[in-house]
Amino acid sequence: MTMNRQETEQLIQEVLEVYPEATGKQRAKHLMANDPSLEKSNKCIVANKKALPGVMTARGCAYAGAKGVVWGPVKDVANISHGPVGCGQFSRAGRRNYVTGHSGVNVFTDMNFTSDFQEKDVVFGGDKKLAKLIAEIDTLFPLVKAITVQSECPIGLIGDDIEAVAKKSAKDIGKTVVPVRCEGFRGVSQSLGHHVANDSLRDWVLHGRDDDNSFESTPYDVAITGDYNIGGDAWSSRVLLEEIGLRVIAQWSGDGSIPEMQTTRHAKLNLLHCYRSMNYISRHLEEKYGIPYLEYNFFGPTQIAASLRKIAAFFDDTIKENAERVIARHQPMQDAIIAKYRPRLEGKRVMLFVGGLRPRHIIGAYEDLGMEIIGAGYEFAHNDDYDRTFKELQDGALIYDDATSFELESFVERLKPDLIGSGIKEKYVFHKMGIPFRQMHSWDYSGPYHGYDGFAIFARDMDMTINNPCWKNMQAPWKRASTEGLQLAA
Amino acid sequence: MAIRQCAIYGKGGIGKSTTTQNLVAGLAAEGKKIMIVGCDPKADSTRLILHAKAQNTIMEMAAEAGTVEDLELDEVLKVGYGGIRCVESGGPEPGVGCAGRGVITAINFLEEEGAYEEDLDFVFYDVLGDVVCGGFAMPIREGKAQEIYIVVSGEMMAMYAANNIAKGICKYASSGKVRLAGLICNSRKTDKESELIEALAEKMGTQMIHFVPRDNVVQRAEIRRMTVIEYDPTAKQADEYRSLARKIVDNKKFVIPKPLTMDELEELLMEFGIMDEEDESIVGKTAAAEASLCAA
Repeated sequence: MTMNRQETEQLIQEVLEVYPEATGKQRAKHLMANDPSLEKSNKCIVANKKALPGVMTARGCAYAGAKGVVWGPVKDVANISHGPVGCGQFSRAGRRNYVTGHSGVNVFTDMNFTSDFQEKDVVFGGDKKLAKLIAEIDTLFPLVKAITVQSECPIGLIGDDIEAVAKKSAKDIGKTVVPVRCEGFRGVSQSLGHHVANDSLRDWVLHGRDDDNSFESTPYDVAITGDYNIGGDAWSSRVLLEEIGLRVIAQWSGDGSIPEMQTTRHAKLNLLHCYRSMNYISRHLEEKYGIPYLEYNFFGPTQIAASLRKIAAFFDDTIKENAERVIARHQPMQDAIIAKYRPRLEGKRVMLFVGGLRPRHIIGAYEDLGMEIIGAGYEFAHNDDYDRTFKELQDGALIYDDATSFELESFVERLKPDLIGSGIKEKYVFHKMGIPFRQMHSWDYSGPYHGYDGFAIFARDMDMTINNPCWKNMQAPWKRASTEGLQLAA
Repeated sequence: MAIRQCAIYGKGGIGKSTTTQNLVAGLAAEGKKIMIVGCDPKADSTRLILHAKAQNTIMEMAAEAGTVEDLELDEVLKVGYGGIRCVESGGPEPGVGCAGRGVITAINFLEEEGAYEEDLDFVFYDVLGDVVCGGFAMPIREGKAQEIYIVVSGEMMAMYAANNIAKGICKYASSGKVRLAGLICNSRKTDKESELIEALAEKMGTQMIHFVPRDNVVQRAEIRRMTVIEYDPTAKQADEYRSLARKIVDNKKFVIPKPLTMDELEELLMEFGIMDEEDESIVGKTAAAEASLCAA
């Protein structure tokens, strides 16, 4: 059972007591007990604030948000990590954004392009090296459709004029070159990087084919935005949209491409999955091209059906009928999945601490399996994310914004959940505590989890994690033997 | 004896490089062994010693060689007048890159390559105009220069700059051994200049170590890329530099400076008639507003 609001608030107070007074006061504003009747979060939780010094935060940086999240999955782009070699190398191909194509020919998502800064580049500036690098990429990889310049920290300090280089190089090679001012020290988390990357798309990419009207659009054209195709998520979503009679003309940015992005203006509806990282460009698409956006959720059959109906409602009766038929067609398989796994997972209690949208979006999938979410939090949410979270969570559930490792561990010790869904930084801590854990950023090397196909994999993964026999063997055999011996003696 | 490491700071254009090179030439003439480390991307801290237009700098050579690790000391360390060893950190053209990092890289290189030899008596760092960032404070960090001389004149902005530099020294003095060793007045022939700088020095808790008068022989020597000491050792100005050199050798007055507040500094300037009493009633009034007030 979830705690009631009073009990949750009591728990928060007890955990905060350990902090020095000023820190406790600050952190108190980021923790709360859920009240589903709340519409607006700005009076009850503080979000998107700088993490306090001395705590361990799970957050990333602006570069991670721009290069890693938004730009990284675009397959026909060479993303230059402008600065020292490490940022590019450690953000290369680790997020499992699946793509179709051939690496090094027409796909470049798994490669690391970097200006590999040395002392001399910091001192004399990296502009010339950057221009040379862009020309070399164009020569070596003729099918690259665009080149981006992702600024690492030193670029912002020494003031390399990457905009000027981008303009000149674009003219020289006849391709789109995008400067992205995502220096890691900017902002409080990766969230600013999403925004910076969205703005760079708006200013340097989106209008690229505005004069070209050769694209033949249909009344059923849609774009998928904010699906990064982790483990194939966008593909298992796309098939459903196609099944109900829509045509997906663009994917942003998982398995996406520059031409798709520039063709998005022909879409009739923009389907937005990760609101946090792609709301900026979605608003712009609406303002500039009049394409409305619709937030949807493809986790678990309940949410999928609701979202398919919501999407279909935007179109004519054919699509609406199609949606009903598709839902009905998939229902038996979904029922079978639930029939198989729900008895093994019923009543299991889950705590989530993830990134952009998952702490609220996955809830339905767990609930379809009879599980309950007793705590949820975001690493880098803004208040509009919490506005969307309250009604998804049970009354009294614990909410934590940018939870510190101390808070998360304390909450887990007290609430003793049956499963934790969070990131790689948290995983082994909780494994050592003997608690089943799923890495919910990259689906723990599994997936897809989106769509009807994804739900089958999701249900299997949760079952094999929670009901894994290893959790019964957390005690050393000789210690267990002595306990058993004692019990026998008693 | 341990190497005495001195850094010369002061407002841009005040004559730091000229003063440093003449003073160092004076020390060399006394038989002292000295190294000059130019910490300015303009790289003009050693031209009078080397009779060169501009020395090859550490950063330039490093860029050419690939990395600073590929560089050898003898490629960048040149010996000039009086056995003075000269190096220039170098750096980018104005408007690009990071000159401060150039200073850091260059000084690290010199240390690693053993440029600070035991037989040196003095190292002088000639640092760009103002301590604009951490890189230009590199020469006064722990284990580097412990004596700082500020070149100043009786002009208002030069004194402001000197006071700001003193503030910077305080930051490092409180945690390390760096001390203000004196103000060198490089005369601009302003009114009561010597008295004014002496008064300023006293308020800052330091001394005016020497008053260097203005003399055109300095410029005549510079045209020949020489110090006065070398060009015309009999000139009266050469005596001035030798005297400054001697005072530095004998200097024992190393202090943590007491920088003046803005009000104190302005008071001092008013006392010497460099600045008028401030008239609060005219602050923020345009010419038109004043005219209309007068008319009314």
